[in-house]
Amino acid sequence: MADALTNAPAPAQGAARGPRRLGAALSATEVDLRLFGMLVALVGILIGFHIMSGGKLIQPANMITLAVQASGTAIMATGMVLIIVSRNIDLSVGSIVGVVAMSYALLMTDWLPALGLGLDAPFQWLIALAIGLGIGATIGGFQGFLIAYVGIPAFIVTLGGLLSLRGVVWLMSSGAAVSGLQSEFRKIGGGVLGSIGETATWIVAGVACVAIVALIVYNRRQRQRFGFPVRPMWAEVILGAIGCAVVIGLAAFANSNYLPAGLATQYAAEHGITEPPGGLKVPLGFPWPVLLVIGVTLVMTFLATRRRFGRYVYAYGGNPDAADLAGINTRWTIMKTFVLMGVLCAVAAAIASARLNGATLDVGQSDELYVIAAAVVGGTSFAGGVGTIPGAILGAFVMQSLAYGLSFNGVNSPTQNVVAGIVLIVAVGLDTYNRRRGGGK
Amino acid sequence: MAGASSATEGPTPLVEMRNIQVSFGGVRAVDDVSVEVYPGEVLGLVGGNGAGKSTLIRTLSGAHPADSGEILVDGKPQVIDNPRDAKDLNIECIYQQLALADNVDAPANVFLGREMTTSWGTLDDGAMENETRKVMGRLNPNFTRFKQPVVSLSGGQRQAVAIARAVHFNARIMIMDEPTAALGPAETAQVHHLIQQLKSEGLGIFLISHDIHDVFDLSDRISVMYHGRLVGTVRKADVTPDDVLAMIILGKKPDEATREELADLRA
Repeated sequence: MADALTNAPAPAQGAARGPRRLGAALSATEVDLRLFGMLVALVGILIGFHIMSGGKLIQPANMITLAVQASGTAIMATGMVLIIVSRNIDLSVGSIVGVVAMSYALLMTDWLPALGLGLDAPFQWLIALAIGLGIGATIGGFQGFLIAYVGIPAFIVTLGGLLSLRGVVWLMSSGAAVSGLQSEFRKIGGGVLGSIGETATWIVAGVACVAIVALIVYNRRQRQRFGFPVRPMWAEVILGAIGCAVVIGLAAFANSNYLPAGLATQYAAEHGITEPPGGLKVPLGFPWPVLLVIGVTLVMTFLATRRRFGRYVYAYGGNPDAADLAGINTRWTIMKTFVLMGVLCAVAAAIASARLNGATLDVGQSDELYVIAAAVVGGTSFAGGVGTIPGAILGAFVMQSLAYGLSFNGVNSPTQNVVAGIVLIVAVGLDTYNRRRGGGK
Repeated sequence: MAGASSATEGPTPLVEMRNIQVSFGGVRAVDDVSVEVYPGEVLGLVGGNGAGKSTLIRTLSGAHPADSGEILVDGKPQVIDNPRDAKDLNIECIYQQLALADNVDAPANVFLGREMTTSWGTLDDGAMENETRKVMGRLNPNFTRFKQPVVSLSGGQRQAVAIARAVHFNARIMIMDEPTAALGPAETAQVHHLIQQLKSEGLGIFLISHDIHDVFDLSDRISVMYHGRLVGTVRKADVTPDDVLAMIILGKKPDEATREELADLRA
């Protein structure tokens, strides 16, 4: 991940404009200023709404709800980045989510039980999950095939997908909502059931800290191997320290989200604990969907920056002819981006159906718009070749924070949409202006 | 076909393209054209717009296979269906416009499609940058911007990156399509110097250019194409730039053109 953050050109102009020393210090750490700016914007939005709400917004329960709500969009946005980077678009993601969510629900309540695998069968949910991921990959792959090999424009293929797959959802269940999933599966949706608990949260945080330090050391060694210039030592130390501090802070924050009082009493009774005065405090820790977002971010960043596949996606986006002439199998590369998108839709569908404990006919409806908006707010350019995975994640969180903050402050949903639309345009407008001024891409 | 030279040349040609034919719809873009290049030779390929030079050369680079005809490398017939086939035969192309992915850096471009990987299957950016630094040290020692997207480089630097790609992969046959069209005088001189250097290392070079002076400076022989046909191949020493210009415009060899036609041309 550290590598994805450092790929941006050195912000020479920014350094000259702002306070010189701070600019120089920032450029020495090779931190991507765009991402840094978005992070600042995200924190600013949250603090703004926090003040508006009279100091009630920023507390563990709210922030975790927000993160869980953003998780599906964030996961799909990482795939949308690669699709838009390679000059395509996928309008069908919401409908794929619908089909796969309905598949999970029917698999667990209907199809697998018919094969003798009832809701009580252990790992029934894993089988359903595996089949769902396969369905997502197949739908994505079929659309990708039509786009890459047959040559039908992505806009058309996926617009067709958007329409017809939503119809498929209806046909699958004859228009009925389906509910009653395996309880293990429902953990994927987060909430009270679906968090990993205090100890596991600290273990995750510990592993993450070790990984951050290891990554920094590895990257430094790689550069030193050939005697290339490396970041100054103080910058490495500060980056590592900030990374670890953020991870530990998030873990502590997640662990200060407790089981609601009523459930805590029940928990105490079940575990034979006498409830202390003021109620038992059971820390919930990281919810599963947030861990999924982190996992997907790592995997997708790895694919995008460390594998040939990612290199080809970006090269194709920068210049399709050059990629072709370099002997790259561009069709297969494009098709793979759509397969990946389908798989990510299936992951998002798991979160959505787990939260619903089933599937309705409109699961995932309009998701495509939020996913595309997240990718674009996160700095992905429709001109192709430009966009980062962490940027898209941040974009998803910015959009969700706006929606959550507004509704928390009692703003109705039509007004939320008005704001979301304006923010989308303003964010991209500012970005375009900045790139032009910076003489960048 | 009027090959002015093949009889006098001793060794086998590095590349021989025989009776190449390419049609788009009903249009013969390349009609029964044969050319060849010897080691250490630059063959200039000239002609007006739509004469078929680029189409001819695209059959050699694998970008667009020929409908019929034969390509021999070192005297052996070869099938070139895609760019990878061409690269496997050490045929490398340098295009003015198409060659580079603008949004990635120089090492990524040099190794595009042939990335070095670690034993884990991940991209070995360090090793690729190292190799690129070595090659660029030979081609353009002043080049330092290894981490910037190539869009931020000057035309000459971009061309150096494209040439570095060919050099690194031990090109034996190099195709240069308008290599200096977007370059300033100093950069053009640099590319000229480079072509001489590659030639002295025994490479065979196809040089496509609109600029008759470029071609005359660099080529050993010149093939002229006109409406998809090969008008003829001449030794540079045997002709003047005006002769070649006449071939380009009239589509006839100088001795076939009538006096009136030549007079029109001069006027």
